[in-house]
Amino acid sequence: MALKDYIRQRFFPHIWCPGCGHGIILNGLLRAVDTMGLDKKNIVMVSGIGCSARISGYVDFHSLHTLHGRALAFATGVKLSKPELNVIVPMGDGDALAIGGNHFIHAARRNIEMTAIVMNNRVYGMTGGQFSPLSGYGTMATTVPYGNIDHDFDVVDLATSAGATFVARTSTYHVHELAELITKAINHKGFSVLEVLTQCPTYFGRRNRIGDASEMMEVYKKNTVRIGSKKKQENPDLLERGIFVQKELPEYCREYDNIISKARQK
Amino acid sequence: MHDAIKFIQGNEVCVEAALYAGINFFAGYPITPSTEIAEQMAVRLPETGGKFIQMEDEISSMCAIIGASLTGHKTMTATSGPGFSLMQEALGYAIMAEIPCVIVNVMRGGPSTGLPTHVGQGDVCQARYGTHGDHAIVTLTASNHHDIFRMTIEAFNIAETYRTPVILLLDEVTGHLREKIEIPEPGKIPLTKRLRTAVKSGVDYHPYLPREDGRLPMSDFGDIHRYNVTGLYHDMWGFPTDKPQIVYGLIRHLVDKIENNTPKITRFRKYYTKDAETLFISYGASARSTLHLVENRRRRGENVGLLELQSLWPFPADIVREACQHVPLVIVVEMNMGQITKEVKLAVDDPKKVFLANRIDGVLITPTDIRNTLRVIQGKGV
Repeated sequence: MALKDYIRQRFFPHIWCPGCGHGIILNGLLRAVDTMGLDKKNIVMVSGIGCSARISGYVDFHSLHTLHGRALAFATGVKLSKPELNVIVPMGDGDALAIGGNHFIHAARRNIEMTAIVMNNRVYGMTGGQFSPLSGYGTMATTVPYGNIDHDFDVVDLATSAGATFVARTSTYHVHELAELITKAINHKGFSVLEVLTQCPTYFGRRNRIGDASEMMEVYKKNTVRIGSKKKQENPDLLERGIFVQKELPEYCREYDNIISKARQK
Repeated sequence: MHDAIKFIQGNEVCVEAALYAGINFFAGYPITPSTEIAEQMAVRLPETGGKFIQMEDEISSMCAIIGASLTGHKTMTATSGPGFSLMQEALGYAIMAEIPCVIVNVMRGGPSTGLPTHVGQGDVCQARYGTHGDHAIVTLTASNHHDIFRMTIEAFNIAETYRTPVILLLDEVTGHLREKIEIPEPGKIPLTKRLRTAVKSGVDYHPYLPREDGRLPMSDFGDIHRYNVTGLYHDMWGFPTDKPQIVYGLIRHLVDKIENNTPKITRFRKYYTKDAETLFISYGASARSTLHLVENRRRRGENVGLLELQSLWPFPADIVREACQHVPLVIVVEMNMGQITKEVKLAVDDPKKVFLANRIDGVLITPTDIRNTLRVIQGKGV
């Protein structure tokens, strides 16, 4: 199918700024869905609030644009009530890990089959550039005009500790890897988390003097390496990309089917 | 098959009624005094093939039942004061996105964590106004097991009819009280099925275009029609918009679909009201004490009556006005600072004849408490 057939043209133009990385993630997602040959009517996109969240409206799947931070909670209701659906949950960094942090760790702990894509641009874009829990110490944002004294989460570490059974990271520079990892995440039988480093040239790039969109993507190219790369040993500051966790554990909806059998035998 | 007779708690009656109504998804979080609803759902739902999930908080519980409703299921959550506060955000979402679901609030003493194990009726206005923005809401209540059963089913039926969340306000006393309940045979009480669209595949389906009667046929997630659901103001396809004309049309629709159907939604009981010279108005556990007093006074030949409200919102102003028309004294009995009393004063021709008899100390108001208030108003002294 042509990629445009996965898009709701009626919904366009999109709201993203020129140079925003979110469109690249949308592209990667559609390529993954196309490669997998998923039926559009079996996909539900559930999103929260923020620039990232608008992605759910642009795609021709069932789409549920919810409340700030609550996407995974809504998605849990969708998935458990109809487990045959593929549930994909794109989230922003503040959306997923500040206001939605509790839902994030508990969805991971339950190991309910769905794919959480954390579109990490390290800033609240829609409200005009405030710091997020992923901005990091020393960064600049409108609500930290003298420099950020908040430390950041590592999404991969957090998701791993919380019990996610698939955890991966990539960036908008690595487009082929992006589509490949989204495919693997969706195929995973359990709770999967994919962190995608994505540029916000309008707020994060400008205020932190990183440069425009292409310069920000250059940073992803320079500052990240594949897991297990020798470069990481030489320079521990490099950020690793790839699959960090991939394991089989009982999945929540299948476990609940066993509960139903037990209850009925009573 | 005969009606089954059980001797159970009010909270358990609520569960039995929800099952009767066809619930197949419940999400909740433990909180006194509503926990028995979650516990019993955890036992009973999987027996019917339904799903129960204990979420990480009440916020996510409310979100989860909305998600599950969209896949075509009858859904419910149950909570109490503090949890009800947390649910207000997603309650507003359910109103805006027009998602049928039922929220039970077994009221305890507030504000804040207040009196977890004691009774109160302080969440009446929260049910009406708790979530931000203009909106209408349906709120039902009950004072005994027979009515808890009926009102729970009504809550599901009204939710489906008007595509709206419905709040069922119980209280600690009715929730924990054990008394006899006859569970009717299946089919005895009519159930409202979800109205689903007849629009065929490939034809443009408008999930948010009301029919002439104001109803909106739904399509389940996973079915042929793919559409957008949002808490933003949206057009007939569910796409966000800020066009004033569409915004105006949607807010009017959300309010009118409830308010214009107030007579159809209103539920009440009248006891000895025809010749009443003193009319009590009450609901929930307070109405039980009031009824006891009214029956006592009737035996002594006093012309007292009771209007028991079973639906609080939209407020049945016409019913109240009519019932109070020729009555010189109206006493509203409730366990709060007069949340329904204010509504009654607004509804009647002469607000000066309306008084409040209440208890706000976590103790069930007794017939003696109400009698004492009555005597004070009558100038007789306690």
